[in-house]
Amino acid sequence: MAVLVIADHDGTSVREATNKTVTAAAKIGGDIDILVVGQGAKAAADSAAKIKGVRKVLLAESAELGKTLAEAVEATVLPIAGDYDAILSPANTDGKNYSPRIAAKLDVAPISDIIEVVSPDTFVRPIYAGNALETIQSSDAKKVITVRPTAFDAAGDGGSATVETIKGADAPKTDFVSEEMVKSDRPELAAAKIVVSGGRALGSAEEFHAVMDPLADKLGAAVGASRAAVDAGYAPNDYQVGQTGKVVAPELYIAIGISGAIQHLAGMKDSKIIVAINKDPEAPIFQIADYGIVGDYKTVVPDLMKALG
Amino acid sequence: MKVLVPVKRAIDSNVKARVKADGSGVDLANVKMSMNPFDEIAVEEAVRMKEGKGYGANTATEIVVVSIGPAQAQETIRTALAIGADRGILVQSDTDLEPLAVAKTLKAVVEDEKPDLVLMGKQSIDGDNNAVGQMLAALLDWPQATFAGKIEIGEGKATVSREVDGGLQTVATTLPAVVTVDLRLNTPRYASLPNIMKAKKKEIATKTVADYGVDAAPRLKVVKVAEPPKRSAGEKVADAAELVAKLKSKGVL
Repeated sequence: MAVLVIADHDGTSVREATNKTVTAAAKIGGDIDILVVGQGAKAAADSAAKIKGVRKVLLAESAELGKTLAEAVEATVLPIAGDYDAILSPANTDGKNYSPRIAAKLDVAPISDIIEVVSPDTFVRPIYAGNALETIQSSDAKKVITVRPTAFDAAGDGGSATVETIKGADAPKTDFVSEEMVKSDRPELAAAKIVVSGGRALGSAEEFHAVMDPLADKLGAAVGASRAAVDAGYAPNDYQVGQTGKVVAPELYIAIGISGAIQHLAGMKDSKIIVAINKDPEAPIFQIADYGIVGDYKTVVPDLMKALG
Repeated sequence: MKVLVPVKRAIDSNVKARVKADGSGVDLANVKMSMNPFDEIAVEEAVRMKEGKGYGANTATEIVVVSIGPAQAQETIRTALAIGADRGILVQSDTDLEPLAVAKTLKAVVEDEKPDLVLMGKQSIDGDNNAVGQMLAALLDWPQATFAGKIEIGEGKATVSREVDGGLQTVATTLPAVVTVDLRLNTPRYASLPNIMKAKKKEIATKTVADYGVDAAPRLKVVKVAEPPKRSAGEKVADAAELVAKLKSKGVL
């Protein structure tokens, strides 16, 4: 058995989602190789080589792999796919973009967003916005899987795998045009230990940032938002926590002025400790919160800032 | 430009899915079904391309909707026709096809219809696979642009702003291409009564998966479907100071 993990990285080092996908790969069993696709990504490949339990790291580079274009990733993976019994990627927007494309080319039924490895051919995944968990068994000889990173612990360092270079492919029919990435000194939402999230109750974009940013900075937290707050334009789309946004599972999740629509709960209910601050005592968020404060965020958040010292 | 829009009949997004007591699946008996919300956005965008709203006049010249599903999926097609699509194809299947089989069936429909653009939802809200569009593009050897938040159609190409982790990525693909749409692309209209009446006269062709010669044999076996673990309500605390003390005692601060 051999498993290929396609890495998530920022060009200089792997993101934690890669370490978590390696843990899922280890549960499937066999040798684990990591594929780093990118452009000028040697440092990221070197960091992947340090992950414990990794046999070797493959580095494939091209301009279009630098932008993780799905067609280029697919064309890079296909020539080496024969060496592997399973191909795993983190279920982030890149993995979701290229992984089914690889599966279709291999005539394999893709398995999306797994949260548990039951056995090498059986997996658990959420369906219906997380309202049900499906256990499925694959009869395909090769498995192509995306892994929900928050459902697995991160594999630690301590490995010393070799790095080999393989051919990086292009995407002849697709061109990268531009990107607008939100710059932030705060931790990445999907990987943060603490997340503070704001809802529609905050009323405006100015208020959202005036309330959430200082609290996040004090806690070293990432900022999230409900879909209602995003739709109202109070927060950018990539803040969105929920079934249609990001799925997070931090140690501590603080929901401020969020009522707790099913859609939002699906994106955060696996957090270790949930705190809800809402002036409506009947808000559904309180039904899943470990600690709740019934009160107006306008007084509770300043008090919280003070109590945090 | 001819646009093909695949649509799926799925559980209504306002209904909470309930797991059957025997763990064999989700109970859909007597549950309200609607067009998958992402697909509705795709239909709306195709109609705007035809109307020239945000696009050049007649960017779309014909919109064909296709649905693979039970006989009732005809209602889903009618909904799309009422929004403004021109005609429909129902590929009848009494079993719930896996995404790979759906993609193979759509490939056969594309080969028949020869659209310049396949515009579809990024995922269905039942299976949540987020896979069919990418697989269809791969099977056709077409380029793909997933999670579209904004689309521009130029001469023989589509420029798509994609909603990705960390921000937006814009790519340009040659046409034909598959574009999957995200929530923020548009807000679908409500079909007007005259348009609902007009939709009743539009043509819907009925086919079966077998007509297309597609191997739809399942690759995945559903072992069981279970409720997710329940979280119970914790305690209410009086104020921020008490909250901080509790969080410190739990070691998360």
